Amino acid sequence: MDDFLAARSQMALSLGFHIIFSCIGMVMPFFMAVSHYLWLRTGNENYKNVTKAWSKGVAIFFATGAVSGTVLSFELGLLWPTFMKHAGPIFGMPFSLEGTAFFIEAIALGFYLYGWDKFNRWFHWLTGVMVGITGIASGILVVAANSWMNSPSGFDFVNGQYLNIDPMKAMFNQGWFSQALHMCIAAFAATGFAVAGIHALMMLRKQNVGFHKASFKISAVFAIVAAFLQPLSGDISAKFVAKSQPAKLAAMEAHFKTDTHVPLIIGGIPDTKKQEVNYAIKLPGVLSWMITGDPAKPVTGLDRILVKDQPPVAVTHYAFQIMVGLGMMMMAIGAIGLAAFFKWRQWLHQPWFLKLFIAATPAGFIAVEAGWTVTEVGRQPWIINGVMRTADAVTPMPGIQYSFYLFTAVYVTLSIVVVFLLKRQIQMVPVIYDKPQLNPAL
Amino acid sequence: MMLYIVIAFLWWSILLYLLMGGADYGAGILELLTREGNRAGLKKTAYRAIGPIWEANHMWLIIAVVIIFVGFPDVYSLVSVHLHIPLTIMLMGIIARGTAFTFRNYDAVHDSWHRLYDRIYMYSSFITPMFLGIIAATAISGRIDTDATDFPSGYILNWFNWFPLSVGLFTVCLCGSLAAIFLAGEVPGSDEKWRFIRKAKQMNGLATLFMVLLFVSASLQGIPLFRWLFGNVISLIADVIAAASLAMTWYMIYQSRVKTSRFYAGLMVMSLLISVSYPHFPNIVLLKNGGSLSILDHAAPSATINALGIALLAGSVFILPALVYLIWSFAKKRSVVDEDH
Repeated sequence: MDDFLAARSQMALSLGFHIIFSCIGMVMPFFMAVSHYLWLRTGNENYKNVTKAWSKGVAIFFATGAVSGTVLSFELGLLWPTFMKHAGPIFGMPFSLEGTAFFIEAIALGFYLYGWDKFNRWFHWLTGVMVGITGIASGILVVAANSWMNSPSGFDFVNGQYLNIDPMKAMFNQGWFSQALHMCIAAFAATGFAVAGIHALMMLRKQNVGFHKASFKISAVFAIVAAFLQPLSGDISAKFVAKSQPAKLAAMEAHFKTDTHVPLIIGGIPDTKKQEVNYAIKLPGVLSWMITGDPAKPVTGLDRILVKDQPPVAVTHYAFQIMVGLGMMMMAIGAIGLAAFFKWRQWLHQPWFLKLFIAATPAGFIAVEAGWTVTEVGRQPWIINGVMRTADAVTPMPGIQYSFYLFTAVYVTLSIVVVFLLKRQIQMVPVIYDKPQLNPAL
Repeated sequence: MMLYIVIAFLWWSILLYLLMGGADYGAGILELLTREGNRAGLKKTAYRAIGPIWEANHMWLIIAVVIIFVGFPDVYSLVSVHLHIPLTIMLMGIIARGTAFTFRNYDAVHDSWHRLYDRIYMYSSFITPMFLGIIAATAISGRIDTDATDFPSGYILNWFNWFPLSVGLFTVCLCGSLAAIFLAGEVPGSDEKWRFIRKAKQMNGLATLFMVLLFVSASLQGIPLFRWLFGNVISLIADVIAAASLAMTWYMIYQSRVKTSRFYAGLMVMSLLISVSYPHFPNIVLLKNGGSLSILDHAAPSATINALGIALLAGSVFILPALVYLIWSFAKKRSVVDEDH
């Protein structure tokens, strides 16, 4: 494995893990706060138990998210020193604000986790809400920094020099809104389906049904709302990508030849040599219509991009298909969930309904990873789109593959331990919270 | 002007990380040096005292790193390249410690797994400050070789030598003694209190030993440490304050005013940091070829420094009151509990 590939793999691995930990870390507090609110309002013990159980999950994920985030702030330099040397002063603004948001989150979490029965109950609840709000703020800021890499602004690039730096303009680069919106909704959908799926499994096993039903309902509502909003934000994102990164859009769609009446390609296997896609479903004119609003208008294909500036087509295309496919699936399950909540409430106890949600447990996170792959692989060969190549940014230190093996071992172990811990938390629910069901109907 | 504000924030973040993060690591170091039978009590005390603020304690490192990579990108990228290996080991320590601390407090089942978490927690509490010390010492030891042509002299020998290693060990003992002094004020029972005070004494003794080693290795390697620490008025004054604070710390401990002794312990660390950092200013990294990176000359463009300074000032308006309230309210709640016993 050469150093460049090792550095890219290590970065992909670190971000791939961090994105899961941080999505859960920023969304779970909202679930927790809703459950806490319901407990304060109704006095139903189930909600209190759910809140306490979830807050332990939040603590675990916050800690893993915080350490993996700390590691990333160093890894940027360890792996991409040339990038950081030039980009640091330009796109550093969101990171400095994120430091504040993250700090407040840590303080609020201290109040929340250790403040049970010690403070005014609404103040205590409010600190939980603050954990969520600052978590989302951190997420938005970090994504704003990433979107700067996709749509760099706030400086002039003249003869290899980065001049006239404007950090505020760099932070509010053109891509920040669409990318942050898409990521936030994705975090809610992914975490919502993951949490709902786990509690659905426990309901199916008839364990502490009151507890798990309360948990299921809160997380499923978040999941369903997010699943319905996500296609809209995806549409905003795709239109922006078409404008700012035509090469990425062309790779996502495996769209080789610039043309009018461009079809939307669903699935299929791209053949980069012959420049065609086999076995795909093609909806004539739909891509042109989606991007430009007019099926007769042209969409830039890979033929307009220099070969040395093209991203890997197959990976980007497959990742995009997986993301969209799972997004559609989650929306469909969401529709069934809505029907159950509003009309056929008996479904909530039927095995087929619970199994549907159990099946969807990993869907959101697979979609998040796929979407992340689209953003990052689709930007290649650039680390700063159109300005700096990833290959020029890598550290001169040799032997990066050993660092990659080390990080892989650590992150894999860490993930196994986190899953193991969550399993034990869930196993312990009957022991810790096994009181007579106060209100089994809920 | 804004540049100096940013530098001040950087310096304070490092100090606060050394004090608060240091006491955190110290709790793990003490646990490592405690007999197995007594560990449970220590663990409980440390968790009760540090639990609510431990996440916040480690934010200071993030603030410091962000200031360096946004404000001083040349320093960040040079150190990242040449100290890749110790930085990676430190990161492993940070991952291991942060997760083990959380796991051992939040694992719902209490079984033999906890022995593993405890072990990881203790060793990583030792390794992380050790390597932080190594990294800081290497930066000022003038051994970073930007012209190196072979792997060992470019990436290993700069940090793997006696001076950084003894600074690392000194840092570990400093953290351990901070934790012992802090925790001694957190326990009501006098038996346990004196156990912490004994630990603080041991840590102080070891720190003195490593300080001797540190001076010897510095002089053998031609590092003018003596001149840095005693060759200018500011450092000299800081040294005197540090020595006096150390004496006051122990005086207060024997007067049974353990909480007051914390203040002097903190003042001692602060004076030490002034004494070491002042003689280099504005240089932050010294190179083998005689060159150096000045924090004034290698700052980011002024637009960035201004934005960073404003962000830090605005951030501290939110962070500091909240942090003070967090520490104060839990300290108050703990003392209420203590009186109940």
